[in-house]
Amino acid sequence: MDVLNLAHGSFYMIGAYTAYSVVLATHSFWLALLIAPLLLALVGGLLELVFFRRLYRHGHLAQVLLTFGFTLVFVDLIRSGYGPTTRSIAPPPSLGGAVHFLGATFSSYSLFVLGVAVVVGALLLAAWRRLRVGAVLRAGVADKEMAGLLGIDLARVFTLTFAFGAGLAGLAGVIAAPEFAIFPAMDASVLILALVVVVLGGLGSIEGAIVGAAVIGLGYVIGTTLFPQVALVLIFGLMAAVLVVRPTGLFGRR
Amino acid sequence: MDLSIRGLTVRFGAVAALSGVDLEVPAGGRRALIGPNGAGKTTLFDVIAGEQRPAAGTVALGGRDATALPPWQRARLGLGRTFQRSTLFAQLTVAENLALAVRARCRAGWRFWPVRDRELEREVADRLETAHLSGAARRRAGSLGHGEQRRLEIELALAAGPTALLLDEPMAGLSGAERTSAVERLRALPREVTLVIVEHDLDAVFALAERISVLDHGVKIADGTPAEVRADPRVQEVYLGTA
Amino acid sequence: MTVGRGRTLLLLALLVALASLPLWAPRFWIYIGTQALIFAIFAMSLDLLLGYAGLASFGHAAFYGVGAYACGLLALRHVDALIPLLLIGALASAAVAVPIGALSLRATGIYFLMLTLAFAQILWGLAVNWTSLTRGTDGLIGVPRPALPGAGALGFTLNERGPFFILCLAVAVLVFLLLEALTRSPFGRTLEGIRENERRMRALGFPTFRYRLAVFVVGGAIAGLAGSLAAMSNGFATPDLLYWTVSGLVLVAVVVGGSRSLVGPVLGAFLVLIAQLGLSTFVDRWELVLGALFIAFVLFLPRGLVGLVRRA
Ligand SMILES: Nc1ncnc2c1ncn2[C@@H]1O[C@H](COP(=O)(O)OP(=O)(O)O)[C@@H](O)[C@H]1O
Ligand SMILES: [Mg+2]
Repeated sequence: MDVLNLAHGSFYMIGAYTAYSVVLATHSFWLALLIAPLLLALVGGLLELVFFRRLYRHGHLAQVLLTFGFTLVFVDLIRSGYGPTTRSIAPPPSLGGAVHFLGATFSSYSLFVLGVAVVVGALLLAAWRRLRVGAVLRAGVADKEMAGLLGIDLARVFTLTFAFGAGLAGLAGVIAAPEFAIFPAMDASVLILALVVVVLGGLGSIEGAIVGAAVIGLGYVIGTTLFPQVALVLIFGLMAAVLVVRPTGLFGRR
Repeated sequence: MDLSIRGLTVRFGAVAALSGVDLEVPAGGRRALIGPNGAGKTTLFDVIAGEQRPAAGTVALGGRDATALPPWQRARLGLGRTFQRSTLFAQLTVAENLALAVRARCRAGWRFWPVRDRELEREVADRLETAHLSGAARRRAGSLGHGEQRRLEIELALAAGPTALLLDEPMAGLSGAERTSAVERLRALPREVTLVIVEHDLDAVFALAERISVLDHGVKIADGTPAEVRADPRVQEVYLGTA
Repeated sequence: MTVGRGRTLLLLALLVALASLPLWAPRFWIYIGTQALIFAIFAMSLDLLLGYAGLASFGHAAFYGVGAYACGLLALRHVDALIPLLLIGALASAAVAVPIGALSLRATGIYFLMLTLAFAQILWGLAVNWTSLTRGTDGLIGVPRPALPGAGALGFTLNERGPFFILCLAVAVLVFLLLEALTRSPFGRTLEGIRENERRMRALGFPTFRYRLAVFVVGGAIAGLAGSLAAMSNGFATPDLLYWTVSGLVLVAVVVGGSRSLVGPVLGAFLVLIAQLGLSTFVDRWELVLGALFIAFVLFLPRGLVGLVRRA
């Protein structure tokens, strides 16, 4: 979409907190998994309609600033609602066990996360390549007027895409909740990792984002295991190295 | 400055925008480069100026191999160019536009303190006069009309003091009177300045060029005096066959 | 020229108001004024990049932080002279800006933004993890303020609020005048040309990359100077100074004030700092208010405070 949204991390954070509330109230992780993405899609769609719409013309800098403002607002809202302390939820009982595989032990929940990631990634890639959505978005990003002439309601497509992206961020937040701690600053760390992934892969490329995520994820895990102090430095070093060689990212065009 | 281009090939994906193009222009030569839209004329200029890397071939400027030089070093060897689409400094005034080009020639960009430079001001005023832009000196370049922008475009390139100048469709969209005055401006250049002009207006081409090279689909199909080129059957085919 | 005169008058009025601040204002306001002045220097250095050279850096906090650490490290090793401490911040940041600039400036637009962010986060990571040098998350604490040249004879020291405020004001004015000159110099004009049309500048014979790198380093150096002052002012240097939200805040200050004006970023810095420190003292949910303020500015005043005047 050619939109830079720093509040994307906030969507993730809100997703995690929603999961916390839902699990607290209903004791059902699965319900949270359903509600949070829907809620976030709603929030994302509304934000697009009310705020972002006016900013596409103004370029990336205005978007950066607007969404930076939103990150502050969201963090503070969360902090006022839930307090600054770290929360956590347990994985659903059905996924509380462990699995032995190739001589190593994995928690079932980790495998579940892996499965969801693979499914979402595959679905996205398929939708992007096969369905009109991908073509429409690419056209819209490349040439807004032309897409308009072709009779595509870009405004609607953009709103829906934004909502969808927000929903996905919410989903990620729910899934991450049992694995990692839930705290008000979680938006920043995940946002920056996500940006790194996307930029590394190349903007506007789902393939790039998937490969980028794999590279960064692996790099991060290996980094944390081998050199715990400098894992983050390593990640950014990796991104810098890629961008220096390919200034538009691994799969970026132009 | 003479230009010597050998065997240039440029590919955009599967499309060959240029294939094995040679072009020799002696110092002080006046050359026109013609061909249908999409023939590769602008791409050839981009390669000569160093904006585009060729897949194969060499570019020599004034007898020096420039194939690996960045654009700004080629400019310093004496190469100047205008762009097909006016690409001025839109937010700066017309006078500031020209001042930049004059500073480029004097290599005066690394001065960190503002000082009044009367010599530069005088030259800018003179050039504004020559380009009939004195009245517009304080206007933003982006607010000029098309004709004025094209005049500034040419004057900008000239202010940098090139000894070889590539002009990409300088007359496009100009009225008859404006064309005549643009041709006059170019004919008034010192004899030793090399000119290569891409232009669809054949009157302007014949008024300026001693020799003509013809590109079609990235291939040079003819090269000679205006009379020779006019008589060339392949040129007739490209021009008359499509007309 | 009326705009120019109006600007000068506004600036003089601001200067007089500020210079007299230690005489009448409550201590708390002198403190806020000091912080705001330091932030204003930082914001002006970013305006040089963003407004004049068209470089939207989202990692400018890196240079602020490096300056603060450099100054702090030296001050803790008993260097007790004002000028060297100020200069070391600028020099250290300039030195760091050379490789960061050389790498990030290969990209443009949003990729440049991301690269600068990435490098700033790398440095933040170093500040957190290179504990033998930086003492980790605690940071350098107890950074002393230096003695003034000709100390003793003056009857006051930088440990008092008033004199330190005046020092910051003096440095801010100096930086303002220097940048004012720089942006009007042939170098500044060349930068504007590169911002407007880099391709054309190359075709004219300007080595544009070197110019962009040069201005990036100068901007970094000035941010480092601001960082030095911050370390002296706070008495500490912590990784927070390099965190990405600081880069975001200074960017907001520049845009909210109005970029490409130097005055705008100063106003923006005051606004942001007063909002931040003022609000956090009186309101619990100050980040919320601050965020809402930014959103409103982006939506309703895209050209900043200065845009209000300029349009008239
Ligand atoms: N950046 C580019 N990417 C892909 N194709 C290009 C690019 N620039 C030019 N082309 C293609 O190269 C061919 C030559 O273009 P050009 O040099 O602009 O022709 P001319 O100036 O003679 O009209 C055209 O087919 C054009 O579509
Ligand atoms: Mg062309």
